[in-house]
Amino acid sequence: MSALDVARIRNDFPILTQKIRGKPLIYLDNAASSQKPVSVIDAISNNYRFDYANIHRGVHTLSQRSTDGFEGAREKIRAFLNAESVKEIIFVRGATEGINLIAQSYGRSTLGQDDEIIITTMEHHANIVPWQMLCEQTGARLRVVPMTERGELILDDYAALFNSKTRLVSVAHMSNALGTINPIAEMIKTAHSHNVPVVLDGAQAAPHMVTDVRALDCDFYVFSGHKLYGPAGIGVLYGKQALLESMPPYQGGGDMIRKVSFQGTEYNDLPYKFEAGTPAIADVIGLGAAIDYLTGIGLDNIAAYEDELLRYATEQVNQISGLRVIGEAAHKGAILSFVLEGVHPHDIGTLLDSVGIAIRAGHHCAMPVMDFYQVPATARASFAMYNTEQEIDALVSALKELIKVFR
Amino acid sequence: MFDDLRDLYQEVIFDHNRNPRNFRVIENASRAVEGFNPLCGDRLTLYLNIVGGIIEDASFQGSGCAISTASVSLMTEIIKGKTENEAEALFSQFHKMTTTEGEVDLEAVGKLAVLAGVKEYPARVKCATLAWHTLDTALKNEGQASISTE
Repeated sequence: MSALDVARIRNDFPILTQKIRGKPLIYLDNAASSQKPVSVIDAISNNYRFDYANIHRGVHTLSQRSTDGFEGAREKIRAFLNAESVKEIIFVRGATEGINLIAQSYGRSTLGQDDEIIITTMEHHANIVPWQMLCEQTGARLRVVPMTERGELILDDYAALFNSKTRLVSVAHMSNALGTINPIAEMIKTAHSHNVPVVLDGAQAAPHMVTDVRALDCDFYVFSGHKLYGPAGIGVLYGKQALLESMPPYQGGGDMIRKVSFQGTEYNDLPYKFEAGTPAIADVIGLGAAIDYLTGIGLDNIAAYEDELLRYATEQVNQISGLRVIGEAAHKGAILSFVLEGVHPHDIGTLLDSVGIAIRAGHHCAMPVMDFYQVPATARASFAMYNTEQEIDALVSALKELIKVFR
Repeated sequence: MFDDLRDLYQEVIFDHNRNPRNFRVIENASRAVEGFNPLCGDRLTLYLNIVGGIIEDASFQGSGCAISTASVSLMTEIIKGKTENEAEALFSQFHKMTTTEGEVDLEAVGKLAVLAGVKEYPARVKCATLAWHTLDTALKNEGQASISTE
């Protein structure tokens, strides 16, 4: 197939060698969370084994080692996103916390009654609910960009949503339920022509394509470590320095202050102003190792390989009668959402698990997308760089078999 | 290929999934309760006609997986003609059968025994119990209500 040495990559992921219910594991739930290479697992355990101590405040050797590992990871992430400065890289628990931080800090300090926030029909709940909460707090309103049956945003309608009350746009770089990769460069240009800043939810996109926040000129970008072959519970918020400086802190506590007295508190500089409390030190170091792993293979190579997998899988499943692919955007990442006539997605999930195939069945935290297609749920196979055409063949033949059982 | 799953997906379940019993609306039902499992999107409306403490008619509408469809279909069959108290007792037997290792009165649950297999599949227990939680809500509330399991 491509330049990727998939056999070698698979060897880096210890979890993939096991059997599930007696069958080799075929892990196709990568959009929910991806598996971890041994370098990430080692980075975390080595920190705890040899280098662990609290960061930033200690004068002793272990504290210095952990601080170096922690801040070294921040620099890796800066380079990964091509951000201008490490001051723009804030560690959070995940994309969800990143969006909540933007809503509660930037949103709450700048939005008022009748102001408008633009999101889209295909957002994950994490990019809907924080804005709804902000709307309740401020009296602002949500406006929603519609999409076509294929799962592509209607850009004319998007442009028409802007008015003098529009304050913020927040959109998924790539949809977790449909796989659609949105035309974000164009959307950002439109928003900026109205002087409206843009938040990109990069939870799905970051593991699958090169992200250059300066080339995109996005104002905020969030992603999660666990979808990027890194640890769960750690993620990143990128924000343009001027915006982050203008924003009030999200949480108060240690590390985010310069001086505290009962008369008042002076906040620390970026990025620490937004990092109250002892962070997930080993997990940040693990995320740094995941970024090293990804950049070592090359995101362009990964994207090209996953694109081949998606194309192959789409061709194969389209030959199954009664199967309908949900999400057929021209520009799509390696996510295959589908429904099967007469077989509920939950049953598909259980039957596939019995032969070792892990997929996701449900609403994928995108209930408005399910409503749009008038389905209660979909089955979703999502691919990563360690998946193979043989695994897709196994999926397709299992699907054909389970149809026979059900009809 | 799927032989391992025969305990979970018995033929009776496929039968009720293909041809659900009492799949209709009862006009002017004395109870109409909506049950929803937000995790998987299973959604059903249970209709009951209760006259003098006896469930004279039971039906449902909605969509769900094979386990939840078979469960509600079987339930509407078995509760018809039973008193409210008998139906509640059946609910507690069913709950026990699907969630614990304890002994269950197999005679009392009758045909419902085909759903005992879900106990081995914790992620699917809610599919089988949604119908019964909906029934429980219906018996405890006059008129219309809705419940959500999570």
